Amino acid sequence: MDITAQQNLVHQTRDARRAIDFPKLSPAERDALIKKYHPDHRGHAYRPIKFGPNAGDSTVTEVATLLEGESPISADFNLTPEYSVDVLVVGGGGAGCAAALHAHAEGANVLLATKLRLGDSNSVMAQGGMQIAVGPDDSPVQHFLDTLKGGHMKNDHDLLKVMVEEGPSIGQWLLELGVLFDRQADGNLHVKKGGGSSKARLLTCSDYTGLEIMRVLKDEVLNQKVPLLEFGAVVELLSDGKGTCTGAVLQDLDNKRYVVVAAKTVILATGGIGRLHIQGFPTSNHYGATGDALVLAYRMGVPLVQIDTFQYHPSGGVYPEQLVGALVTEGIRSEGGHLVNAKGDRFVNELDTRDVVSSSIIKECEEGRGVRTAAGRVGVWLDTPLLDVAHGPGTLDKHFPAMVRQYERYQVDIRKDPVLIYPTLHYQNGGVKIDVKGETPAPNLFVAGEASGGLHGRNRLMGNSLLDLMVFGKRAGQTAAERAKTLSQGTLTLDHVAEFRAEAKRHHVSSGLSSPMVLPAYTRQV
Amino acid sequence: MSNEPTKPQQFTEQASEIQAQMVTVEIEGKPFQVPAGVTLMKAMWYAGKEVLRGAGCLGGFCGACATYYRTKDDPKVKTCLACSMAVEDGMSFSFMPAFPARKAIYNLSELKDPKQDLFELYPEAPLCRNCNACTEACPQKIDVREGVWKAVFGDFKAVSDMFMDCVMCGMCAPVCIADIAPNLVAVYASRAQGVHFTEKPAGLAKRIKKIADGEYQEDWDRILQLSDEELQKTTASIQ
Repeated sequence: MDITAQQNLVHQTRDARRAIDFPKLSPAERDALIKKYHPDHRGHAYRPIKFGPNAGDSTVTEVATLLEGESPISADFNLTPEYSVDVLVVGGGGAGCAAALHAHAEGANVLLATKLRLGDSNSVMAQGGMQIAVGPDDSPVQHFLDTLKGGHMKNDHDLLKVMVEEGPSIGQWLLELGVLFDRQADGNLHVKKGGGSSKARLLTCSDYTGLEIMRVLKDEVLNQKVPLLEFGAVVELLSDGKGTCTGAVLQDLDNKRYVVVAAKTVILATGGIGRLHIQGFPTSNHYGATGDALVLAYRMGVPLVQIDTFQYHPSGGVYPEQLVGALVTEGIRSEGGHLVNAKGDRFVNELDTRDVVSSSIIKECEEGRGVRTAAGRVGVWLDTPLLDVAHGPGTLDKHFPAMVRQYERYQVDIRKDPVLIYPTLHYQNGGVKIDVKGETPAPNLFVAGEASGGLHGRNRLMGNSLLDLMVFGKRAGQTAAERAKTLSQGTLTLDHVAEFRAEAKRHHVSSGLSSPMVLPAYTRQV
Repeated sequence: MSNEPTKPQQFTEQASEIQAQMVTVEIEGKPFQVPAGVTLMKAMWYAGKEVLRGAGCLGGFCGACATYYRTKDDPKVKTCLACSMAVEDGMSFSFMPAFPARKAIYNLSELKDPKQDLFELYPEAPLCRNCNACTEACPQKIDVREGVWKAVFGDFKAVSDMFMDCVMCGMCAPVCIADIAPNLVAVYASRAQGVHFTEKPAGLAKRIKKIADGEYQEDWDRILQLSDEELQKTTASIQ
């Protein structure tokens, strides 16, 4: 049946649905629902990691398999370096650009390698803003407490304190580079309130905060003439044979050639895992979000923290096809928009918590009450026209102009027709273990941004990611540059890779899968 | 409407060809059958093409997938982002290759007169011949030509407002008969606006000083010595 015919049921049932007050779940029902349907609680999707620093810890199969994967670099590989640098930064998003700029400013000889173009990242898509405690009634301590609450109390206190305290000076640094944050009439920074925050703390550049920051950082990386290797993916780290990181092997994706980099320090800023589509989920992430740092750090013996928890946003697009996985604002539900299944029924109180709403949508679809699109996808309706019916014509135009435009580009009028949604994989809550300087337990190996773990606990608060990138990108960049001044280049070996291979053999792991993934395999085999 | 139970949904960037109607599109001059309704990007993958240059955020923000396209029987070649546009039968399209526009190198904080310095850094900027091709080429619907003139006349504030939507796809540059790269001129003007012509927020400076002066130390000491249980109680009481 075509989409229009299915939409009619939503129109026909609207009045009847409005008459029903859908209750929130009792604590017991809620726990049962989440346990059965929330992706983080689906035992069959998880398995213990067989060996390595997190041996026995459970994570999603997709991540476990990648971690146990085979290095593409053979034991007899020629390690004659093509580059010799103080600081190798891998990743061209927010954390990578911040790290490179700060290391360069300290006088280090930097190489920035990124597997796509400079700036192609999740950072550039960040719309919500950047949390910095600048309001007169706000404080870094309040920011700390809000984040801790959002992270289910599981955040690393030391990392978190550093982030909230350095937030304001990061804001200052970005202003000095020319980032145009929204202002109040008196010239002070305008702040918005974000979900889970007790104070208005989101600095914004309209709906383009990440784009504006990345435009500026990219321009500055080019102005500073930081040497770049675009379309250069990291595929292995190098060590001195005693656990200290001494460089990396990159692959130039334009000609497939391997490039050996001798580096006194290495900073991995390669982002998250959305493109692994764990548990079959669509994602809001960029093309290169394949968790490369997790794999490489793990092979060097570095533990991962909270690698079993991921953020699924309840409302990712399902139809039209162009918006699959893209975020649809939560505001529609806040203003009374219903979630409706294929039978025309509501099935959850739309204002329940994110984990409950995501779980209930998944339940409807798995039990056959989802709506199927021509492209074979399944979702539930978000009844957007209800807002204009309930609050008067023009409500959507006035409160959700960006969403109206988002769909108008594809000839979908959300004022007239409901839209299809399904939870989308949004963020990797955990990651590589780091200290307050961004350094991992492997000396001279640093990790910054989404690839690192511990800061956000089991659930990241809106607006904290952009700040994380800038704070820990800076710390890693400065520390690495400072460290490099007194270091001589260590020997380049693949000893840790050999050990890892031996360990895999001992545990009879031979999936044959080569990792890191670098890019998802979307090309159809024809 | 489906009433059959489904397994956990498996996501793929390849559209299912079974249910979808197929259309014919021309990619780089060669016809391919692809499922109706997919994005130009997904049509590339469906056609069996490896995409390296041309894919980035896949969400309409990074400008990597700048694309020229033409619809059936229409002579007009238009621009779009391949991640954010659906195929239709008879459409022809090609990714825009990387264009070697010149970016000026500058140290913004050291510039004395950024509005005048524009003419040193981008001497081609005032040579705009008003053809308006840049504006027509912009997939973000920015009035690019107007923006270039605003920059030339020193209205950097207007430029920064107009180009906030700019994804730096660079499609305005190849069409310029005066060899201007308007997106690069706009980044310069916007950053200069921020560095030189925007008020410094007093509240931020105050907050930085307070932190440096240790004014939050007492609060930190109080919070950080709490037991996990007490800390949980404290956060639970936050409104």
